[in-house]
Amino acid sequence: MRLWKSKTSRQNLITLLMLVIAFAVITVLKEGGVLKRSFTGQLIPICVYIVMALSLNLTVGILGELSLGHAGFMSVGAFTGVIAVAFFQQYITSPILLMIVAMLIGGIMAGITGFLIGIPVLRLRGDYLAIVTLAFGEIIRNILECLYVEMDGGALHFSMFGSADLSGNFIIAGPQGASVPARLSTFGLGIGLVFFALIVIMNIVHSKEGRAIKAIRDNPIAAESVGLNLTTYKMKAFVTSAILAGMAGVLFAMNYSTVEAKKFNFNTSISVLVMVVLGGMGNLRGSIIAAALLTVLPELLRGFDDYRMLIYAVVLILMMLLNADARFKQFKLTCSQKIHRVFSRKEASK
Amino acid sequence: MSHKPQTKMVPLPTDVIIPERDIGKQPVLDIRNLGIDFGGLTAVDSFTLAIGPTEIAGLIGPNGAGKTTIFNLLTNVYQPTRGSILLRGVDTKGMTTAQVNRLGIARTFQNIRLFGGMSVIDNVKVGLHNSIKCSFASSLLHTPGYYKAEKKAREKCLELLDFMGMADMAQYRADSLPYGAQRRLEIVRALATDPAILLLDEPAAGMNPSETAELMEHIIRIRDTFQIAVMLIEHDMNLVMGVCEGIAVVNYGKIIAKGTPEQICDNPVVIEAYLGKKGAANHAAEG
Repeated sequence: MRLWKSKTSRQNLITLLMLVIAFAVITVLKEGGVLKRSFTGQLIPICVYIVMALSLNLTVGILGELSLGHAGFMSVGAFTGVIAVAFFQQYITSPILLMIVAMLIGGIMAGITGFLIGIPVLRLRGDYLAIVTLAFGEIIRNILECLYVEMDGGALHFSMFGSADLSGNFIIAGPQGASVPARLSTFGLGIGLVFFALIVIMNIVHSKEGRAIKAIRDNPIAAESVGLNLTTYKMKAFVTSAILAGMAGVLFAMNYSTVEAKKFNFNTSISVLVMVVLGGMGNLRGSIIAAALLTVLPELLRGFDDYRMLIYAVVLILMMLLNADARFKQFKLTCSQKIHRVFSRKEASK
Repeated sequence: MSHKPQTKMVPLPTDVIIPERDIGKQPVLDIRNLGIDFGGLTAVDSFTLAIGPTEIAGLIGPNGAGKTTIFNLLTNVYQPTRGSILLRGVDTKGMTTAQVNRLGIARTFQNIRLFGGMSVIDNVKVGLHNSIKCSFASSLLHTPGYYKAEKKAREKCLELLDFMGMADMAQYRADSLPYGAQRRLEIVRALATDPAILLLDEPAAGMNPSETAELMEHIIRIRDTFQIAVMLIEHDMNLVMGVCEGIAVVNYGKIIAKGTPEQICDNPVVIEAYLGKKGAANHAAEG
């Protein structure tokens, strides 16, 4: 008989500790001017994709439903966030507070979208669910490409039928995207959001809701037979995942001067999914590492230019093969045991 | 089986029998003329049965007779084409499986359905789910209320696991348990939902004789401790004759005989259903 991972709470602490250390090291290096600009520019996207991967892991790894429209929720968050900042900057002066308000509004809006999409989608299973989420992701993008929003005399005006009715002071100008009022995203906010997402997901996983969600993943028929309403718990996981993606979207948008809807296309959804798969289904620490690596990798490979995508693909395939390989797992286990032994010896010698 | 007290079964006006001690109490299940068609095939027809609140009832019949279909009808996995099911006096028509469970039916499955990737205790905690008083917000923030509810749930789970002799396995992965323990875990998980009737679908399948004997004791202990009804489908006749008070025999979706174990054993129609006409003749000649 195999013991279930009973040390999960310790594992969670280790993950949190890892993040704290990473944050501290990067901050010190950044202040010391050691890091290249090309890397510091990547810090916020790394945080964004970590949150995206974590939130998608809730749907794909923990709920066990393949969702291919995650970038859709991100875009809802991004665009709502831009509008929220444009509207509230006349009332709120503190940039951090403004960002938090924008993230909340962006998250809530993405959550509402997730709920509305979840009503039809969560009745489906497996491949069908994946296809429909993909379609909804594209629908959201298309809608956002027709959206015009302007700010006029302290009031917001919306139009879905071209720019003709509006005066021209656009926040969001259809296919040209949103012009971000102020670049408010900081690395500190980013890491804060990562912590928030991680703690929310960990807490859900360790509560009765999390058990219900995992039970539905493992065996929906049995889950129903013990009195679980499948749709309720699927919806809770899906909406939470959408909210976190929306918040990541706000962070993402506020890092640039303009954001276009086409940035949140199918490719973005897939690359987030790749992060989740690579990091391991249901493995939060894995998602964090994979998201960070896969965001940095294309940038690191910029020198190779023509072969960039080729190398990216090869690295992906190699990592997948290694992850599935028993010998590599054994190797990792031996490594961790050795490290463990070194540490325990140190403790013993004290 | 010597340890089994003889129960007198008495008939009700609606052509059903229940144990004498349950007379005057409302039957936990009152099934009337239940039937379901799959396309042109009538899988179950005119199934009428009542089960007393503390009865151990058996449902037997040859392979493909429709026994598991009846369980699926009772738990509203299928919606019946005809007839009605009264669970504690409430018609379950149109309810979902989850609602029926909350009203008082818990079941196990013929092919074990555990939450394989979760620990044994978490499987039971999922069974307790609806009785854990803890809001979503409280779970999200891990408030003191959350820790209190979790502690209570853990204690209750260990108590239930201990009842079936599994407390020492609490931290193992459910799918790594030996077969017999997996079957017991399914029963514990079903009990955790605080049912009024427990449906066991071939609980002894794949068990050796000593495990089966242990299971029989467990079934009787469950009924005595929780004061609930048990209905079981089983092919192991030692178990059925040993623990069941009332037995219904189905063949081709219809009840062909109802009665106490003694009545069923001697019923020529039942023997024929199991052994065929010729087999029944041989049986009579030997008997």
